[in-house]
Amino acid sequence: MNEEINIIVCIKQVPDPEGPPSAFQVDSKEMWVIPKGIPPVLSPFDENALESALHIKDTNKNVRITAISMGKKLARAVVIKALAVGADEIILLEDKNFDPKRLDCYSVAYVLATAIKKIGKYDLILLGRQAADWNFGQVGSGIAEIFEIPSITLAQNVKLEDGNVMVERVLPDGYEVIRVSMPVLITVSHEVGDLRYPSMHDIKKSKNKPITTWNIRDLGIELPQGHINLLKLFVPKQEKTCHFVEGESLEEAGANLALKLKEDKII
Amino acid sequence: MVEQKGVLVCAEVTDQGRISPITLELLGIGRKLADDLGSKLSAVIMGSEIGNIAEELIFFGADNVYLVDNPLLKEYQTDPYVTALQRLSKYVTPDIIVIGQTSIGQDLAPRLAFRLKTRLTTDCINLDIDPETKLLFQTKPVYGGNVLAVYACETKPQMATVRARAMSPSGRDDSRRGKVIPFDSKIDASLLKTEVVKRVKEEAKGVKLEDADIVVSGGRGIGGPDGFKQIDDLAKLLGGAVGASRPPCDMGWVSSTCQVGLTGKIVAPNLYIAISISGTSQHFAGMLGSKNIVAINKDPEANIFKVADIGIIGDYRKVLPAFIENLRKIAAHGSE
Ligand SMILES: Cc1cc2nc3c(=O)[nH]c(=O)nc-3n(C[C@H](O)[C@H](O)[C@H](O)COP(=O)(O)OP(=O)(O)OC[C@H]3O[C@@H](n4cnc5c(N)ncnc54)[C@H](O)[C@@H]3O)c2cc1C
Ligand SMILES: Nc1ncnc2c1ncn2[C@@H]1O[C@H](COP(=O)(O)O)[C@@H](O)[C@H]1O
Repeated sequence: MNEEINIIVCIKQVPDPEGPPSAFQVDSKEMWVIPKGIPPVLSPFDENALESALHIKDTNKNVRITAISMGKKLARAVVIKALAVGADEIILLEDKNFDPKRLDCYSVAYVLATAIKKIGKYDLILLGRQAADWNFGQVGSGIAEIFEIPSITLAQNVKLEDGNVMVERVLPDGYEVIRVSMPVLITVSHEVGDLRYPSMHDIKKSKNKPITTWNIRDLGIELPQGHINLLKLFVPKQEKTCHFVEGESLEEAGANLALKLKEDKII
Repeated sequence: MVEQKGVLVCAEVTDQGRISPITLELLGIGRKLADDLGSKLSAVIMGSEIGNIAEELIFFGADNVYLVDNPLLKEYQTDPYVTALQRLSKYVTPDIIVIGQTSIGQDLAPRLAFRLKTRLTTDCINLDIDPETKLLFQTKPVYGGNVLAVYACETKPQMATVRARAMSPSGRDDSRRGKVIPFDSKIDASLLKTEVVKRVKEEAKGVKLEDADIVVSGGRGIGGPDGFKQIDDLAKLLGGAVGASRPPCDMGWVSSTCQVGLTGKIVAPNLYIAISISGTSQHFAGMLGSKNIVAINKDPEANIFKVADIGIIGDYRKVLPAFIENLRKIAAHGSE
């Protein structure tokens, strides 16, 4: 078992999904969401996927992690975090054609799969369960279909055992343990735990790690024609008027809440 | 070119061998779409030894039920399920396929869409037939629910997964007539690329979160497992279930099966009590369908008050004991 194990992790840059609701404004002319005053971050589930890859690297020999990120323009500071925490290499797929407005999941899966093919070696492909901006949850399954390899979604734990991969998959009332051989594609859920913080030493060391940039010509592809049309985009109205229950003290307010629920026949 | 017509919904079977609640919601929306198109509603049910429940799908609105009964389909696994459904869709050639946004649906639908070379909109909360184009308009929350997007797709079949509790379930009518059609998916064991070693299920103590009429949820502001004991007491007293926002689950104060929200459970009880939960869009995704929402939070500006019907501003540690005590009094009084 001295062969190298190649892990690919797909990481997407998204506007901080925990930003306040007022940050997500719709530009109706552009038909797009223009986040106001929030920074780009790595999509949280992709951070979980990266953590999962790092855990495998911690516990096995000869593991190489390559991160891939695609976008029209990627903030270096955001994607380079992958190298600081321990990925060996990052490939940035940057091109004006990689405009999220013009790509559906089908095209994203196609571009990422093409890049993975160009890298050449893959045993384990890890993605987030869904990107935290548009929440599609499809790209992983798409790449698995393109490669005709098995996929396991919603993983809460991934480890190598006797040359196989053991995956714990989240179920609504527990989890299941699945054994699968490589190559395999796995989408990761937040239960695996948060991405580690890089130490100063790691950050310094990462300065020498390779960053490769490929555009659409380097990949030698054309984008598939989009077939899904975004027709409308709007901010939902959800304001209600809240009836506040009060009292001389908070204790009294609590007691009054019980009365109120009874009066309104809610309980 | 094959004509694509009708609507196909993908039924789900529970561990107890019953039709799952989301299936009734799928049949509800499927019936409406089929009627709007003037076409048929088909349902597919996959599993092993499930023949006895196939007919029920007719009582709940299906015109045709395709029964895919095979020992390989006893429990969900990606490859046999995707292949069986792919073969059935090639045979039925539906115009629309609707699947639940469940643990199974999230896994199955995207692979199927790619294999059928069509597109899919996941996690829809509304589906409509556009009267002019007859296309399926699919409404999906994006950016955690801060924004809604409406999509239409040019390729057939048009595919959507729908969020639990977003559609009204169809009612049972035993006088409905339809056909149960066995379908041989011709799958064999060579398809199995994965092996399920075991399934670990947590027994729900008391009422199941998804089925509860009352849900009491705690958030990060509860501060630790001790605080959740009070949440638990309150839920028990009300005959309800315990829920949580994500942080208490991540920190292990409660089981992760309690998480309510975009990536947790979707609940729509008669009463939802949110305690020390700030009210992010990702949490709203799991509970906005609740009939009555009560919020207790010490921050008067907390977003949760924007969706609450009744609120108390203050420290839950002060509010909750008195609330619980008075509920007990009222209950004792009511039963006199
Ligand atoms: C892609 C994605 C998916 C997600 N999915 C989910 C999901 O499914 N479900 C989910 O819940 N979250 C989800 N999240 C996380 C979500 O964005 C928030 O981080 C989370 O909902 C916040 O939980 P909270 O309200 O408990 O915590 P906080 O936002 O920290 O709020 C704590 C609240 O407690 C109040 N408080 C503190 N002390 C007291 C006290 N003593 N008495 C009264 N009030 C007090 C505070 O005023 C505050 O409002 C997701 C995030 C992402 C990015
Ligand atoms: N532009 C991108 N660059 C890198 N990875 C991506 C990109 N888009 C999607 N992914 C990966 O695919 C996963 C699922 O995305 P989605 O299907 O869009 O929700 C994400 O969590 C990422 O791991």
